[in-house]
Amino acid sequence: MKIIIIGCGKVGYALAEGLTQENHDVTIIDSSAERLQDVTEELDAMQIIGNGSSINTLMEAGVADTDLLIAVTGSDELNLLCCLIAKKQWDCHTVARVRNPIYNKEIDLIKESLGISMIINPELAASAEIARLLRFPSAIKIDTFAKGRVELLKFRIRPEFQLDQISIAELPRRAKCDILVAGIERGEDAHIPNGNFVLQNGDLLSIIASPQNAAAFFRNIGLATNQVKNCLIIGGGTIAVYLARQLLDMKIRVAIIDKSIDRCHILSELLPDAVIIHGDGTSRKLLMEENLDGAEAFVALTNMDEENIMLSLFAREHSKAKLVTKVNRMSFDNILDQFDLGSIIYPKYITADYILRYIRAMQNSIGSNVETLYHILDGKAEALEFCILENSPVVGIPLKDMQLKNNLLLGCIHRKGKVIIPRGNDSIAVGDTVIVVTTQKGLDDIQDILKK
Amino acid sequence: MNYRIIFYIIGWVLNIEAAFMLLPVVTGILYQESAMWAFVKSGALCLAAGLALTLKKPKRQYFYVKEGYVTVALSWIFLSVMGALPFLFSGAILHPVDALFETVSGFTTTGASIVPAVEDLPKCVLMWRSFTHWIGGMGVLVFLLSLLKLAGGSHMNLMKAESPGPSVSKLLPKVHSTAKILYGIYIAITIAEFVVLLVSGMSVFDALTTSFGTAGTGGFGIKNDSIAGYSPLIQIEVTIFMILFGVNFNFYFLLLLHKWKQAFSNEEVFWYFFIILAAILMIGWDIRGIYGSPAVALRESAFQVGSIITTTGFATADFNQWPEISRTILVLLMFVGACAGSTGGGIKVSRFIILIKSAGKELTQYLHPRLVKRIRMDGKPIDHEVVRNINVFLIIYILIFATSMLILAGGGTDLITNFTAVAATFNNIGPGLELVGPAANFAFFSVPAKLVLIFDMLAGRLEIFPLVLLFARDTWRKF
Repeated sequence: MKIIIIGCGKVGYALAEGLTQENHDVTIIDSSAERLQDVTEELDAMQIIGNGSSINTLMEAGVADTDLLIAVTGSDELNLLCCLIAKKQWDCHTVARVRNPIYNKEIDLIKESLGISMIINPELAASAEIARLLRFPSAIKIDTFAKGRVELLKFRIRPEFQLDQISIAELPRRAKCDILVAGIERGEDAHIPNGNFVLQNGDLLSIIASPQNAAAFFRNIGLATNQVKNCLIIGGGTIAVYLARQLLDMKIRVAIIDKSIDRCHILSELLPDAVIIHGDGTSRKLLMEENLDGAEAFVALTNMDEENIMLSLFAREHSKAKLVTKVNRMSFDNILDQFDLGSIIYPKYITADYILRYIRAMQNSIGSNVETLYHILDGKAEALEFCILENSPVVGIPLKDMQLKNNLLLGCIHRKGKVIIPRGNDSIAVGDTVIVVTTQKGLDDIQDILKK
Repeated sequence: MNYRIIFYIIGWVLNIEAAFMLLPVVTGILYQESAMWAFVKSGALCLAAGLALTLKKPKRQYFYVKEGYVTVALSWIFLSVMGALPFLFSGAILHPVDALFETVSGFTTTGASIVPAVEDLPKCVLMWRSFTHWIGGMGVLVFLLSLLKLAGGSHMNLMKAESPGPSVSKLLPKVHSTAKILYGIYIAITIAEFVVLLVSGMSVFDALTTSFGTAGTGGFGIKNDSIAGYSPLIQIEVTIFMILFGVNFNFYFLLLLHKWKQAFSNEEVFWYFFIILAAILMIGWDIRGIYGSPAVALRESAFQVGSIITTTGFATADFNQWPEISRTILVLLMFVGACAGSTGGGIKVSRFIILIKSAGKELTQYLHPRLVKRIRMDGKPIDHEVVRNINVFLIIYILIFATSMLILAGGGTDLITNFTAVAATFNNIGPGLELVGPAANFAFFSVPAKLVLIFDMLAGRLEIFPLVLLFARDTWRKF
């Protein structure tokens, strides 16, 4: 596919990286030559210096025969304008990033009237992700498939679960419920395991299960699964506002600490039911005064990655709270994993994921369909959800007879509201949605799971 | 909330209370009274509870604003409950609520009594009654701070919660030494009064109890007619000392440092003396017909004015019988109260100064809507937070006042009695008008009414917030 990306910030770059890896023809437009410099050096993509809303620049980028235009500049209005021009003039698919909360309320109307295919709000997406984690605090990361009926949960194995030296085949029996292990991260390595794989303490385990089974699983291995009752948020940015709204709707008490008094006034207007504290969130005294030790969830959302990391480490020391840490720069993610910081949220990653998922789905309109896509196992693997349409070559064959690719796992079949953890005699039927976990990126169609 | 350290501090408060109970024990031994054993028993109980709580020093030492308020409020409640035991054990007061009322009235330096004939009580009980005034006057936690070095943050938070006045100023960099200085000044003036009274012909027992009553601005008398039975000279001396104890103690500290100019430019002290002088002259003029000579009228006026504005509550005359203007002025003085940072109660002169100044500022703002102006006191700008705090204080004050009056009205007593009963307890004065006038007492109130008045006395002494915060849900919530 031919894709134009306007705006080469962190999201733009992450997108370009993902898309070039999947062999798309990517053209990046940015007004700053300096920022484009990195792209030239690192990625196999074309770059054009200029304003993305100018028709001339777009023509130069070859918008006429482009399949998709993605606008991710810092300005909402510019993004919308680019998409509007591309849509009206050349009728191509468009994706815009719009983050202003004011537009957010009218987002469907904007989408429809401007003819934009997809609008993504990074802060809203990130806050939705955090809210999901707080609903189910045992997991470090939760992804949902089949409209929430299937979950992929990641958590760290601790000694008290007594799962050390247990093989994967034994696990469902031991936990007395139907789950499937989708992946294991141990140190730097990521595995998609078979039944003989033996677990160790400290492993990061990703499991696929229905929400009920997941809850049962965590209960049986002795990990508390109750939704948190309160939440302390440091840093009152946009994510904090979206998050607080969602949490308050879930009847969770919310306190937000921000160091700008003006911002606190705005927060207090936006969130009348939350406790807004004006002060330096990195002050030990303030945190203790605001009952950090009694908090059940602690979310560090300041603009400084370092500050967020330090805060989470401090909170881990002084409370039993579920930790969520926002990190903007992805460069050091392998180091952060060693700290046991709880859940780490990369807002840019989430945005790029959403858009990539859309592109996959768009690309596969015949035979099968990628419904959702998640990067799992620290970006080393992907979990994809396919929708099985008629004429698909995988229909009707028992799994034991199927020649699956290496490092690929058929995680779950969702059939008419029922979740099936597949065994050898199960087979795929038309109308199912199937979840596949694989380290091979760029899977477009369900038939790609078969060996050629 | 750090409960361990809260109860650790309360434990120390009880230890100190046990030590204080030695004074009535000694009195009892000297006068060979059997009531002494009540104090030995209560002291032992107090010490046992205190030692149990202070046995282990808590590991987690953190202590913040919330802990400060809760500690102060709970300390005063525990202090009062333990302090009521001797009254019950000795049989001096039979009903537990009455005993608690008398003790709270003592510690909060109110001086409202439910005992009809005080002269019948054993001497050691009288000594304890008066001594509670002295303990409560400067505050038992401030005393604790002068003795102990507690966890880092706790000092200022405790001091803030217990000391009267809109804002607490430290005299020295360390709270520990500030507390020492305050108690030093307190003890020095108390001894001065004791010596003066002794020289003027009082017995040792009378001089000591009267000094305690004056120092704490309490007002428990040891005679049925309070101070009226003593010589005019003693009455004048007590007047002067009452007024002295109502002065901001920072003033004395500045005098000690020979910072004359700074001391005498204190606005609060100026207005305090101005109000006293004006009230004495007005009442003196109003009652000139009742007393034979203008000198006697002025003396009676001065004693009553000094007694009411400092919230002491001694009496040499039944001002309930005075003309309306005098009665009204005295009731108004009840609300003014003494200076901040003194041992007196009431709303405090400094709060009124700031309120009136901010009202003036708001009025100017109507004429110049874009006016920017900071309110000043003693030449220094006042923080907006302080002004806001005073406004909130006043609103809660009025709410509690109204609610208390409403509950008291359920007992069927008349409006003036109810109004002045609440005013006299909430402002820690003692006597009111009509049924609770200086010649009467509080014994006739029902149990619920007494409990309301006990709450009012504690709320008044702790300046409302610590006690009210005990009932706030946020105080007890884990998060």
